[in-house]
Amino acid sequence: MSQKHAVYVKPKQETWKTVVGIVLALVSVFYMMPIIVVLYNSFKTNASINLSAFALPNSETFVGFSNFVNGVMSGQYPFYQSAGYSLYITIVSTALIIVCTSMAAWYIARVDDAFSKIVYYLCVFSMIVPFQMVMYTLSRTANRLHLDTPWLIPIVYLGFGAGLAVFMFCGFVKSIPLDIEEAAAIDGCGPIRTFFSVVLPMMKPTLISVGVLEIMWVWNDYLLPYLVLDRKRFMTIPIHIEYLRGSYGHVDMGATMALIILSIVPIIIFYLTCQKHIIAGIAAGVVKG
Amino acid sequence: MKRKALARRPGTVNSRLIRRPIQRMFFLFLLPTFAAFCIGFLYPFLHGIYLSFCKFTTPSNAKWIWFDNYARALRDPGFRHAFWYTALVAVVSLILINVLAFTVAYLLTRGIRGSNFFRGVFFLPNLIGGIVLGYIWRLIFDALLPQSIVLVTSFGYWGLITVLCWQQVGYMMIIYIAGLMAVPEDMIEAAKIDGASGWQTLTHITIPTVMPSITICTFLTLTNSFKLFDQNMVLNEGRPFLFTATGEQIHTTEMLALNIYNTFYQNSNSRGVGQAKAVLFFILVAVIAILQFRLTHRKEVQQ
Repeated sequence: MSQKHAVYVKPKQETWKTVVGIVLALVSVFYMMPIIVVLYNSFKTNASINLSAFALPNSETFVGFSNFVNGVMSGQYPFYQSAGYSLYITIVSTALIIVCTSMAAWYIARVDDAFSKIVYYLCVFSMIVPFQMVMYTLSRTANRLHLDTPWLIPIVYLGFGAGLAVFMFCGFVKSIPLDIEEAAAIDGCGPIRTFFSVVLPMMKPTLISVGVLEIMWVWNDYLLPYLVLDRKRFMTIPIHIEYLRGSYGHVDMGATMALIILSIVPIIIFYLTCQKHIIAGIAAGVVKG
Repeated sequence: MKRKALARRPGTVNSRLIRRPIQRMFFLFLLPTFAAFCIGFLYPFLHGIYLSFCKFTTPSNAKWIWFDNYARALRDPGFRHAFWYTALVAVVSLILINVLAFTVAYLLTRGIRGSNFFRGVFFLPNLIGGIVLGYIWRLIFDALLPQSIVLVTSFGYWGLITVLCWQQVGYMMIIYIAGLMAVPEDMIEAAKIDGASGWQTLTHITIPTVMPSITICTFLTLTNSFKLFDQNMVLNEGRPFLFTATGEQIHTTEMLALNIYNTFYQNSNSRGVGQAKAVLFFILVAVIAILQFRLTHRKEVQQ
């Protein structure tokens, strides 16, 4: 592509590109400013945060990592607990959604009887229902069935998140040629073996797309766990951050800044490791729409 | 394209070899998801519709009152204000986000050095959840503005717009980049050879070709704004409050989702009204979604 371009590109256009590059670099710095400000405030004393939030830390106001240590370890409800629950809920929910809905989608696409069709269309329908529509009744139902602990809340996530996942997996299964599964069946594979050793490996791209979507949803979700979980005993990271905001002024601001940074770090790591899949997943998911 | 995939010719799936053995495994393959779906969606949804016709503080004391909740919801000045406020946020953020995202995407597909890095920077805020993101901006605004963001209605409005742009420009940019990459290279080259200026190429070739992306992004930003909750709650809490002549309280920066939430949980006597509002909200969001489906699929046929 660049070679083809070289025929038409004039030196004048190259300077234009440099200028735009510099402008974009400046814009990028401004774009990251909110995060940068919170980052350097997390190394400052409480007094200097309240006095001048935009001032960089100096030798007097710099406190090293003590805000981080305080934030994570102390308080009525230490942050490491919230982080642990967030991590557990995200991993288990995503795994559960991927395994269960891919199996369900295969059943729906291959059996294709009246009941499967009904389930499929209900799943499609559920995608357009906003959470506020079910928030009260869902939290009630979850409480009555004792799904209000981090250990069992993945079932609620599976239920509310099934729609999109089933829809995406069904779209993919329908594009898999049947011959492969027929060959497996002729060779004596039962449905379980066919699914796990033949169908599932072929689904890999969709598995990754669905996985990325679910991780981003569950990790950042606030209202569902807030309403479903027993608040006094269990918090997730978003609930913890909102709790700190609610007690604005009464909490250690330095520690709060540190905790905000700590809740962004996993996201940045996640982005850097899965960048390709995240970008591809968004582009593919939307184009198929 | 999708319809073709759905209307499978009868007999394509080998019944004896594939369909029946899978069907026998119903309990393993479909039942777990279906059971969870009933708990997590189907029952709460139907129960929610039922409760929207009832007066209740808990589901056990629900009393059927027909359309009273709906009448009260539609008469509620706070709910009406939230609707128009949401629409205003949605329209302004829609225009700003799409113009900015398209501009950035256009520049980043011109082969500028460091494009990958810039793409990452603009996309990153999208991965941060609404609560953390809203709180970061709350802290920034409180340090930056002469008065707290919860005290001035216009601060709350432009604050929300800023946060929405910051969060979504990167996401829409990714979609536009994918669209722009799909513009055929030879078409652009042909236009250049024919003597078209950069602007003419953009308006006559690039934009018409990425029209599907524009439709998708328009609707995505629209639904995102209508469903917005976390950022609204954290950034300005619907404040400042205003009292009407009749003594009713209006939360001046409250959007629909937050209005519904507050109706439910600030006063247990108005839960029926809250559920009726939620049903109306669902219908509104569903209409937008169906409109989007219609439009995007018509576009596909034309291509």
